[in-house]
Amino acid sequence: MTESTAPLTHSINFSSLGRTDPSLSLKDEKICLEVKNFNLFYGKKQALRDINMQIPEKRVTAYIGPSGCGKSTLLRCFNRMNDLVDGVRTQGQILLDGHDIFHPSVNVAELRRRVGMVFQKPNPFPKSIYENVAYGLRLQGINSRRILDDVVESSLKGAALWDEVKDRLHDNALGLSGGQQQRLVIARAIAIQPEVLLLDEPASALDPISTLKIEELIHELKSNFTIVIVTHNMQQAARVSDFTAFMYLGELIEFDDTSRLFTNPSKKKTEDYITGRYG
Amino acid sequence: MNNTWWKSGEPWIWLTASAVTVSIVIVVGLLTLIAARGMGHFWASAVFEGQYTQDGQTTRLIGEIRDQVQIPASRLHDMGVKTDEKWVTRYLIKTGNRELVGLDFRWILANDLKNVSYPKELLTIERYEWGNFYGYLQAVKHDGEVISSGEAAWQEAQQRLAHALQIHEQIQTIEKNEMGRINYALDRLRLAERRLELNHDKDPEKLAKIAEQRVEYQQQFDTLRKQLTQLYQEIKRDSLMVKAMDDQEIEIDLAKIVRVYRSNTMNVIEKLQFYFIKLWEFVSDDPREANTEGGIFPAIFGTVLMVFIMSIFVTPFGVIAAVYLHEYAKQGFLTRTIRIAVNNLAGVPSIVYGVFGLGFFVYFVGSNIDLWFFPEALPSPTFGTGGILWASLTLAILTVPVVIVATEEGLSRIPSSIREGSLALGATKAETLWRTVLPMASPAIMTGLILAIARAAGEVAPLMLVGVVKLAPSLVLDMNYPFLHMERKFMHLGFHIYDVGFQSPNVEAARPLVYATAFLLVAVIVILNLSAIWIRNHLREKYKALETT
Repeated sequence: MTESTAPLTHSINFSSLGRTDPSLSLKDEKICLEVKNFNLFYGKKQALRDINMQIPEKRVTAYIGPSGCGKSTLLRCFNRMNDLVDGVRTQGQILLDGHDIFHPSVNVAELRRRVGMVFQKPNPFPKSIYENVAYGLRLQGINSRRILDDVVESSLKGAALWDEVKDRLHDNALGLSGGQQQRLVIARAIAIQPEVLLLDEPASALDPISTLKIEELIHELKSNFTIVIVTHNMQQAARVSDFTAFMYLGELIEFDDTSRLFTNPSKKKTEDYITGRYG
Repeated sequence: MNNTWWKSGEPWIWLTASAVTVSIVIVVGLLTLIAARGMGHFWASAVFEGQYTQDGQTTRLIGEIRDQVQIPASRLHDMGVKTDEKWVTRYLIKTGNRELVGLDFRWILANDLKNVSYPKELLTIERYEWGNFYGYLQAVKHDGEVISSGEAAWQEAQQRLAHALQIHEQIQTIEKNEMGRINYALDRLRLAERRLELNHDKDPEKLAKIAEQRVEYQQQFDTLRKQLTQLYQEIKRDSLMVKAMDDQEIEIDLAKIVRVYRSNTMNVIEKLQFYFIKLWEFVSDDPREANTEGGIFPAIFGTVLMVFIMSIFVTPFGVIAAVYLHEYAKQGFLTRTIRIAVNNLAGVPSIVYGVFGLGFFVYFVGSNIDLWFFPEALPSPTFGTGGILWASLTLAILTVPVVIVATEEGLSRIPSSIREGSLALGATKAETLWRTVLPMASPAIMTGLILAIARAAGEVAPLMLVGVVKLAPSLVLDMNYPFLHMERKFMHLGFHIYDVGFQSPNVEAARPLVYATAFLLVAVIVILNLSAIWIRNHLREKYKALETT
């Protein structure tokens, strides 16, 4: 993905993006996730350095930064997917609704039901479209046909996929196109009604039209879910998010309302990055 | 120019194509050979009559020409026979009539046989004992009186034989099924009694009940025996008077006859019908005459059932072991050692498994089971001796490395994105395995099972020690509770081939049966494999696009 070299301040017209909210302020928001003095080590190497951050509820927060700055790593901490990697060590706390998710008493499967994730490359299961969306519900023991039918339909509608697949719900999910598969995965994630939805570069493997559809989707989803999105594409972050966090080499450099961050960044590093001087 | 030919890769195409061709030719050749030698056995051969001269004496010879070889004249000179030709033909004649002449096969020189003819009236009689009879029908007797002779006797004989065969069926049903059931029930009563004795339980009520049931069964048995006597009387009334090649006249009871035919009068359609009847008899009947005649149904049944039971044991065992090694075990030194050990298990000679099965399963586990659960049957062992359960378990251990390796390979091919996707939805590792990973690995598991079946169906050596017998009195699966008798010994096609080919008293009679049984064994394995492959393809279709097994 090539970054724009022209200063972004001149090329982004926020009103043309359909953004109507005025500048938001963090102190007016209800906080969903809070990161406190968080450090992460891969063996000896420190990947995240003393992160302190608050993620507001029912808003879209975007993480931007150069490759290797730790944004995906931090994202994966929110649903403890980093537990799957050998040699990962964490210090500090991440609070979901006030409770530390790294506490030994936390049931990780339960956490992941509340904090859902969509990955970069679409990964539908080799089952039917219906069964993909119903997967999370069946895990919870819901097998009633009526309930599943309802939830599948509403989830697929919520993911803007219903019209395209309503006649072939029992076909293999792998027969869908890339963009459709990613929307299916989103439908699968929202079917279990998580509180937070983590999107790890969800559109980077897709074509521009599908990317647009995903971005529209995010805009609709935020009325029901807290969304945290990692993206390489600064224009996408500017279009889609309410708050943006800029990370560099494992540290949080700046966190602010998106329009303010992109038009008037307070840190030099941020400004250098968004104007394309590096990154 | 030669260099370009090498570079273009054509030599490799020729080489690989020839390798494939050679393999196919070998397989097809092998199958054709055993099919031809085995399946030819069931064709109705013509029976000849001729004059045989030996040491100046001429006798009448009647029989079937079974084989023909050319031998060099020098060998004849060694035997003291003078001849001018370089190569001499020898015939293998089946003369039958074993009770009259001692041997039913003999080799003769073609030159010594003259005036060969194929009379239409020559009869072949298949019997339950003493093999075939070849000769002429003189008369039919009923209650000792000749009721028909000459040409009319043939029609009469066929009618009466049909009737006798029906009675024979009834006798079989009574003896095997009904009396068998009562005997089995009586035996269980005896065991129940003994159990009470061992528990020092002298409850008069229980003992009375047992006695009562015994009386009842005894009554049933007596009724059946009366029926049986009647049937036997009826069937023994008819007999045939026949003349053998040495002019001896003997009487053969119809009760002893399986079928009678005049092979020289049969046309192709009739011979084809005959062929299929004999083929059907081969796969559905019980063996006779020390496994040299009759059918091999119990062996087919035993082989297939044992393979099924083995699959039921090996699949969960192998899959669970593989899942543990691949998913849960910490991948360190110990796990690597276990994997190496498992792979080496596949190389252990199968007879060693037989010895292990004998020592561990039969002598240790089996005798302990007998002590704990079947003390009333002792000293006669129930599980403390070979049986289908121990045989299946032994073969399961023999083939488990194959299943483990195939399953592990299948598991490692599943992309981690699928696992992560499942975990991210709130599934535990176990749920992910059960709902997503294992179904996706099922084609690989089926591959492992196919290989296991292929290996196990062909092994014979270990089975000889843990439960296969030459002749089993009853099948493992029958109508008596508990229906599946895992402690019973069984017959097996592979062992049958060995037994018939090398242990039978009459090698010439047995040889075509060896080929036929070998062909049948190959057919059974092919059918088992094809079924498993069909199931695997069905599974592959379900999980395609992500699997490449």
